[in-house]
Formats: sequence, structure tokens, C-alpha cells
Amino acid sequence: MNWFNAIIQGVLVGGLYAMYATGLSVSFGVMRLVNLAHGDLAVGSAFIASTFCLATGLSPFLAIFVVLPLSALVGIGLQVAVFNRVVGVDPSYQIVATFGLSIAIQNVLLQQYAANPRALNIGEFGNRSLKLVGDDVVIGLFPLSRFVVAVLVLVLLSLFIGRTRIGRAFRATSDDPDIARLMGVNIRSIYAVAFAIAVTTVALAGIFNGMQTQFSAADGPALLIYAFESVIIGGLGSLWGTLCGGIILGIAQTIGAEIDPGWKQLIGHLVFLIVLLVRPMGIFGKDELR
Amino acid sequence: MSLLEVRNLSAGYGQFQALFDISLNLNEGAAIAVIGANGAGKSTLLKSIAGVVDVIFGEIIFDGESIVNLQPHERLNRGIALVPEGRRIFRSLTVDENLSIGAYSRRQGVWNRELVYEVFPMLAKLTDRRADNLSGGEQQALAIGRALMSNPRLLLLDEVSLGLAPIVVKKLYEILPRIRATGCSLIYVEQDTNQALSASEYAYCLLEGQVSLEGKPSDLSREQIASAYFGIGVNK
Repeated sequence: MNWFNAIIQGVLVGGLYAMYATGLSVSFGVMRLVNLAHGDLAVGSAFIASTFCLATGLSPFLAIFVVLPLSALVGIGLQVAVFNRVVGVDPSYQIVATFGLSIAIQNVLLQQYAANPRALNIGEFGNRSLKLVGDDVVIGLFPLSRFVVAVLVLVLLSLFIGRTRIGRAFRATSDDPDIARLMGVNIRSIYAVAFAIAVTTVALAGIFNGMQTQFSAADGPALLIYAFESVIIGGLGSLWGTLCGGIILGIAQTIGAEIDPGWKQLIGHLVFLIVLLVRPMGIFGKDELR
Repeated sequence: MSLLEVRNLSAGYGQFQALFDISLNLNEGAAIAVIGANGAGKSTLLKSIAGVVDVIFGEIIFDGESIVNLQPHERLNRGIALVPEGRRIFRSLTVDENLSIGAYSRRQGVWNRELVYEVFPMLAKLTDRRADNLSGGEQQALAIGRALMSNPRLLLLDEVSLGLAPIVVKKLYEILPRIRATGCSLIYVEQDTNQALSASEYAYCLLEGQVSLEGKPSDLSREQIASAYFGIGVNK
């Protein structure tokens, strides 16, 4: 058993989970919306990237630059067409609307791509690695870059929310949407921006996932669970908490896999349940969040 | 010249109607008081002027144009700012950030951060303090300052004195003439009638969602006000 290696791999996977979770954290933080189609949006983006690569023969890394702007538009479109109608009313409408969207996306993907798994081929780069501590720890170059990108995304996002005019309006809307409107904030456009960010980040996560493993049309809900668990472990409303939550989940899974490959998921879920029992507001969660 | 005219306004929340056929008028630069007991519809009246309550019937004319169909942020852009009941400052934001949100509309005018801090010196020392760590009086000052940052033409003050020590209320009311001096019109809503009546030229008393009495504060007797306020005696 190589515990140190397991922890390192867990941290790197955690970066991906954090990226899944970021959008969920943003959409819940700003508009109290729990989007059950979050994972399906990730899978959908990976399929679109795959289609782009097959059609053009270009690298999946280039597909990112095509898919991300598209996801931002999809986010705005969904906000305007669907979510504006369910924000701020009885939460059961949100559940029905987003669950319905989830089913719709899965079925469109099934129809379009059938049930066969796909992958995004990044070629040689996927096999490169760094060896540390006398070959005991092997760090894949791709997981490492993915982790760096995830941290970078979170840094940019927290600067955006902490320092900019729109970011301030995000936080004000999160505190009290009615008063934010009264102070001149057009909360519908704030929601649209928030959702554009949510879909863009989860699209990036979906593509990164597809560069390492296979994905298929029905994978969305499983990804949603990882995102949920990361957000809850880290604490709602805290971006750095989300990163931390993702890393804890990642480490729990790799350590579980080190004990017995069948325990990978189980240990992850157990750690999530323990956090939920011991500290329901999450590790970085503040008590004030409703 | 009339800045705000409310004509036969009926409004409410969903199935519940809170206001019945309210009419009032406010001239540019004037200050009026809306008094009444708890639940009389005072806050609902201010909220329907600010745009967060559904209007069932009637007109709200601001600066010569109907604003009934405008969103709250569009009304703020035209110069209507509300200091909400219970202060409702943005708790996770700092004092400075709360003021920045007040200035979100980028309306031009005399009010800016420096002037707000000058008028409310208690806030000037607390710029980087999170707003939920302020005292009640400081929060109320911040709520007023936040609204002023939008350079309003009409400032709606909902129960400024609620839950504050009399000395703090007095301090806040002393500042109001400075706000009026900038040309801003005011509507005070208060349960505490004395404070509001002494600061205004005209008063409306609401009872169960209707205007039960109106007139210049100097023309209204204590008995008239009491009966209009509680709904007992000759006036109702």
C-alpha cells in the first residue's frame, strides 16, 4: 500500500470534483437553485466536444475554446427559458424543472449518441508523468494540469465575486434578493450571469473528465452526486470550501481504493455522511447560511 | 409640482389585498408622513411605490409618467429609493460594499461615499466592518446611506425608528433636513406618530388599508389622529 501516493492522487482528483461542484455552489449561493441537471450538462458538454473533435480532427483542448462559450450561452438560455420561472418560489418547482431537464438531456444524448461510451483522446499527453520520491509517487501530467486549472478557475471566480461590481451584486442578491432589486440590481441578469458561470465551469469539468475516462449518456446523475458531496463537505456558499470538499472526497476515494478497489465509492460516500452528521453546515460553512 | 401621485391604488400579496383605493400626492421637495397602526398597510404602500408589491388596480405617477409596470430596479433608476423596514442591510457585505450596492445604478448627484460618511460619522470608522456586526442604529444609518447612494429624488423611509433607542432615533431624524436640503422628497412611514408628524408638511393616516385621515399636521387634533389611527370614534 502506498498511502502517500493515494493522498496525492486523491488531491488531484479532488480538483476535478471541485470543478464539478463550483457551478452548483454558485447557482445555489446566488439564487438558491439546486440544479439536478448539473451532471448532465457536464456529460452533454463532453459529447459536444467529442463531436467537434471527430468532425474537425482537432485536439480536445481546442474543443474547450468552442464548447465553453457555447455553454455560457446555454446557461443564459436555460436561465431565461426555465429557471427564472422557478427561482424564488416553492422549491418543489425547482426540483421538478431541473429533474425534468436532467431526463430530457439524458434522452437527447441517448438518441443522438446511443448508449455507447465515448472518450476524448488527448494522445501522448495523457500518458506523461512525473516520478517523485524514488518512483514511489507518480503524478500524471494531465491530472496535475487539470488540478492547476481547477484552482485557477476558483481563484478567478473568487476574485470576480470578491472584487467586481457584478460580483458584489452576486453577494448582495445572495443575502437578500428583494432588497438587491430595490437597490437597482436587475436580479434576472445577475441570475443569467451566475448560471452562465455554472454551466461553463461544469462543461470544463465534463470535458476534463472525458479526457481521462469514458463517459456515456447516463453518467450525469453520478457526477451530480460527486458535485453535491463536494459542496456539502466543504460548506455551502464557500468556494474554497468547495475545493476542500472536492479534495477530501477525492482522498477518501483513493484511500478506499487502496484498501480494496471495490471500496472506492463507498468510502467517499461514508466520509460525506460522517461530515453531514458531525458538521452539517460543512467544514467551511457559516452558520448564517440558510 | 407633483412628484408622486398615487391614484386609487389597490394592492396586495397574492390573494390577500392590503390596500384599498389609496390616493396621495407628494410635491417635489416635500416631506409627507404616513402613519397608522401595525398592519394598516403603510409598508405595503411604500413597497408598491418601490415596485415589490403587486398592484391590483390604480395608478402610480412619478414625475409625470406611470411607473406601475416598471420593475423595482427601473424605478430606482428613475430616482425612487426605499429604506426598508427592519433595515435589511446586506449582512455578509462590508459597510463600504453596502454603499457600493446603493450606487449600483450609477445615478449622478450630490451623494457619494464621502458625503454619506460625513453625514453619518458613526459609519466612517466602520468602512471595512461586516454589516452584521453593526449595532441597530449603525445598521439603520447604513440602510439610509445605502439608499442615498442612488441619489434618489424620492426617499421612502419605512419605520426608521423601529427598535432603536430614542436618542438614536433623534440623531437620525436630525439628519433628515440635510437630506431634504439636497432636493430629495421624503415619505416617512412610522407607527410613532410624533416624530413623523413633526418632520413633515402633510400627513396621511391609514387604517385597514384605507386612508382614514389626511391633512397638515398642524391642522390635525390629537383626537382626530387617535380615532383615525385606532378606528374608534367619529372619523370611522
